[in-house]
Amino acid sequence: MQKIFPILFFSSIILISCATDNDDEISEAIVTFNFSHSWDATAVTNSNFNTIQYTNANGEELSITKLRYLISNITFQKSDGETFVLDGYNLVDVTNNTNLSFSPTTTIPKGTYSNVSFTFGFNNDDNYNNNYPDLNAASWSVPAMLGGGYHYMQLEGRFINNITTQTGYVFHAIRAVDNSGATPVFGDTFFEVDLGEVTITNNASFEINMNIAEWFKNPNTWDLNVLNNMLMPNFSAQLMMFQNGQDVFSLNAINQ
Amino acid sequence: MLLFFICASCSDESVDKYVPTPSPLQIPQLFQNNLLAPVIPTDNPQTVEGIALGEKLFFDPILSVNNTQACVDCHAPGNAFTDTNQFSDGVDGFFGSRNAMPLFNLAWNYDEKFFWDGRVFSLEHQAFQPVTDPLEMHNTWTQVEQKLQQHSEYPNLFEQAFGTSTIDSVLVTKAIAQFERTLISSNSKFDKHLLGEATLTPEELNGFNIFMDETKGDCFHCHGSDKNPLWTDNIFHNNGLDATITDLGLGEVTGDPADNGKFKTPSLRNLAFTAPYMHDGRFTTLDEVINHYSEGLQNSLTIDPLMKKVAQGGVQLSSQDKADLKAFLLALSDYHFIDKN
Repeated sequence: MQKIFPILFFSSIILISCATDNDDEISEAIVTFNFSHSWDATAVTNSNFNTIQYTNANGEELSITKLRYLISNITFQKSDGETFVLDGYNLVDVTNNTNLSFSPTTTIPKGTYSNVSFTFGFNNDDNYNNNYPDLNAASWSVPAMLGGGYHYMQLEGRFINNITTQTGYVFHAIRAVDNSGATPVFGDTFFEVDLGEVTITNNASFEINMNIAEWFKNPNTWDLNVLNNMLMPNFSAQLMMFQNGQDVFSLNAINQ
Repeated sequence: MLLFFICASCSDESVDKYVPTPSPLQIPQLFQNNLLAPVIPTDNPQTVEGIALGEKLFFDPILSVNNTQACVDCHAPGNAFTDTNQFSDGVDGFFGSRNAMPLFNLAWNYDEKFFWDGRVFSLEHQAFQPVTDPLEMHNTWTQVEQKLQQHSEYPNLFEQAFGTSTIDSVLVTKAIAQFERTLISSNSKFDKHLLGEATLTPEELNGFNIFMDETKGDCFHCHGSDKNPLWTDNIFHNNGLDATITDLGLGEVTGDPADNGKFKTPSLRNLAFTAPYMHDGRFTTLDEVINHYSEGLQNSLTIDPLMKKVAQGGVQLSSQDKADLKAFLLALSDYHFIDKN
């Protein structure tokens, strides 16, 4: 009989809790971020990978064989400065069609936010002050000789070069570092993606799009014949990626 | 009243039911610090009895059709559980077309795709294949089950491991998988270096830098790093072995031409014991392997973009860099792992 009393006791609590929930209004919202991808106006999924079918701003025809990138620091800010930073980060893996949807464990209060944003990559605090087993296991770390931390993006594929030969390109974004001198010089390349003002009335899903073509377009017209590999230790190439990345993301819709 | 009966019957069962002794994996400190937890199926937890049974089965030729070949014959402990021959011969004297893969740290293969071409999901399912493969043990599971059932020891060992003396193929593969998960290699000189227990030579240290340098070896993108001490990404790549691909590898499994010529990245641990190298064992020495990446790459439609400088044949390492890279790679060999197995 000793087993019966706890069961009845906890069953009662569960029933009472359920009844109370049904009477409450939801004051906190669950937010979900869904990531889609395009080449300008053409949708891109992993089913479009491995075929040379895109043309970049410099005129090179190319394919995509791998695309994964990191987002972090999802932040909801109110006009009075109150800020809600949602825990966690998300390694979007388009190649394997995983983590295209991210629901942080933290909820946010309903209401109007003057600004919603996320970080492409990690800020320096997150990049260097934590060890992430899931990212390590995904071979996402950056060599210590380049300052350590983690990749922000791995975009790879093949392109037809100026002698009409298919060549691989490896477009990896990290924090820029120039270690040619006695002391490494760093340049921040993570950036905030501003999604604008948002009023949250219910659980909400943010539909985010990455226009992959933008990585090669503006303000730097990317010449893959010149910059196609060994870009991680290339300080200026990393800064160019950072500059081109500013217009890569857009908010398609918010569904609530 | 109903609850009372349910509780009472549960209580009776717990008294009578045999419970094997849990034997959780001993996770190395570097793995604990840097990696996700190993993959242990909920329906096949590690137990003392299960592991012991799996080890006995692994070493027992009873699994083969004519009692002449055990798992260990192609997966020798002294060679990090692989075969020194390019191809292994089966019970009928026929040879396969792939080099036997070494066996260690298998519980950290998070995608759980096994074999060079990733054709099997999960370690348990992997163990099904060699028993019936005509080029290996060439047996049938019905015959294996009958032989084990009639054996003087096995029914009792299965009873101890799984609570039943009725032997079937699922339990056989579960036991073997439990044993294989205990094959953990984490005690190389480089591991000790990372733990502050050993000092690398200047050559080994330079070799590590070449390994991690995107402008030189650039090995880390596929082969792990100090942050990923598995020394593999457990993913499939075409590493530029052939201009014309005859063994499709992953492509034969997926049916996707974009996967043709892709094979699983092997771990670089224990290279001192695992020659010959590559999926087809074409390279007999580590020098040949390094030369391949330095100046021997062959272009093809599916070669991995990470295989850079293909037009020049590879990353063009100097003789000194090659020697240092080799020294580092050998520092990933775990003599303790060999000795204890």
